[in-house]
Amino acid sequence: MAELFDKLYTYFQFPFVRYAVIVAVLVSLCASMLGVILVLKRFSFIGDGLSHVAFGAMAIAAVTGLTNNMLIVMPVTVICAILILCTGQNSKIKGDASIAIISVSSLALGYLLYNVFSTSSNVSGDVCSTLFGASSILTLKQSDVWISIVMSVVVIVLFIFFYNKIFSVTFDENFACATGTSAKLYNLIVAVITAVIIVLAMNLVGSLLISALIIFPSLSAMRVFNTFKSVTVCAVINSVVCTSVGMIISILAETPVGATIVAVDAVVFIIYTAVGRIAGHKK
Amino acid sequence: MALLTCKDVTLGYEGMVVTENVNFSIKHGDYLCIVGENGSGKSTLMKTILKLVNPLKGEIITGDGLKQKEIGYLPQQTMVQRDFPASVSEIVLSGYLNRCGLRPFYTKGEKRLAEDNMRKMDILDLKDQCYRELSGGQQQRVLLARALCAAKKMILLDEPVSGLDPKVAREMYELIYKLNKEDGITVVMISHDINEAVRYADKILHIGSNSPLFFGDTRDYVKSGIADSFIRTKEAE
Ligand SMILES: Nc1ncnc2c1ncn2[C@@H]1O[C@H](COP(=O)(O)OP(=O)(O)O)[C@@H](O)[C@H]1O
Ligand SMILES: [Mg+2]
Repeated sequence: MAELFDKLYTYFQFPFVRYAVIVAVLVSLCASMLGVILVLKRFSFIGDGLSHVAFGAMAIAAVTGLTNNMLIVMPVTVICAILILCTGQNSKIKGDASIAIISVSSLALGYLLYNVFSTSSNVSGDVCSTLFGASSILTLKQSDVWISIVMSVVVIVLFIFFYNKIFSVTFDENFACATGTSAKLYNLIVAVITAVIIVLAMNLVGSLLISALIIFPSLSAMRVFNTFKSVTVCAVINSVVCTSVGMIISILAETPVGATIVAVDAVVFIIYTAVGRIAGHKK
Repeated sequence: MALLTCKDVTLGYEGMVVTENVNFSIKHGDYLCIVGENGSGKSTLMKTILKLVNPLKGEIITGDGLKQKEIGYLPQQTMVQRDFPASVSEIVLSGYLNRCGLRPFYTKGEKRLAEDNMRKMDILDLKDQCYRELSGGQQQRVLLARALCAAKKMILLDEPVSGLDPKVAREMYELIYKLNKEDGITVVMISHDINEAVRYADKILHIGSNSPLFFGDTRDYVKSGIADSFIRTKEAE
């Protein structure tokens, strides 16, 4: 046991490890808050769709040799998020179908670009780390760390500030509109925040596992709690705990960061489901 | 000046006309009941007044400085997902959202008023319960309490007593009547019970299969005989 603590202690001496942990916890905290809304809006797969968009944008950035790929990935993802989340129920193409179309096309485009134009000798390695996050979280640049921290804080503040409005619009959009709350505006805010979080989370778990980071904590919380506030608080706690535990395990056992975090999330989900069942039977 | 005026309005959805030539106007403090068969477009009219649906033709004019934020609304059915986690008090409080403006949280006063409205609806003891676990009648009362919270000048109710047992329905009508007479809140209500409509309302709008059949004072409506086939005569009661 003492050995493990020693190992952990040694690792935490490195600034890049501390950065990685801070960024991971903040980003997953934001992802879980959003997850509550996205799950309730029946948009669980938005994470998946948008992360594929971000993957495509990453490919473009890599191929064109941009040094700071955030510059292209962030705006492209934000625009797609707005297109998907704000088309609403009236559009000809249904929400889930438009997500599928956009995400599959970007995935294909991204992979094509990597293959045809990439100058790197290790194409499948590049693709793999973009998809699964690999170890990139430990190689964050200082500027990336600051961007992630600032963005996360902005998202948390926005969420708390608009908490009641977001609840009302998610619970009953018609009532909110009818009584003078601009549902469009809050849907737009949710869309933009979602895109920002997904781009930030790409570095952490890679684009294939982002959905898990978004939906697992809130789905777990919903198994046991049944008010909006308790679900939100519980999802945030789940997410912070799972990410911290996952990071520590991945450092000690030298497993891939993203996959380990998601595995911990999945285990917690199973525990909550069992607790929910048992508590449900008691009533 | 009129609080709300409908001028030559055609109601419908994307090219499908539901009702034409809707003309009426109500003043502050009126109690208007909208009656008509199922599918005649009553709910559509209410949604059009609330700007949830655009009129195909004509215009809806609000006067007396009535703002969207001063309106309470009880939808006919709210398609809330079965698994939405929300407590009764969270939902009722959300009626006060339109008074918040940029303020992020509800004030103590608003929380107290929300409790008053829950007490009026007899759901105060359910306040921490989960909405999705309530019976249909209880859910209806929760949404009514929310509508009461939002209603500062006007309240629009789409079949408010459906799903309630007769005793509670009667209490509900009395409550809405008091809201109108004592608090001076303008009421627009859709009802399929013409007897109750003529008992409480000052004005009646009767929508037929493709255009309105009657708009005017309740007394004239009863005299006109349009509703004879629906109204149980006073003697028979
Ligand atoms: N969202 C909608 N899109 C298209 N048609 C609709 C929609 N909602 C209602 N309708 C149609 O409009 C007509 C009027 O419906 P409604 O206003 O709900 O009637 P009422 O409330 O008087 O029973 C019906 O024929 C219905 O099928
Ligand atoms: Mg109706």
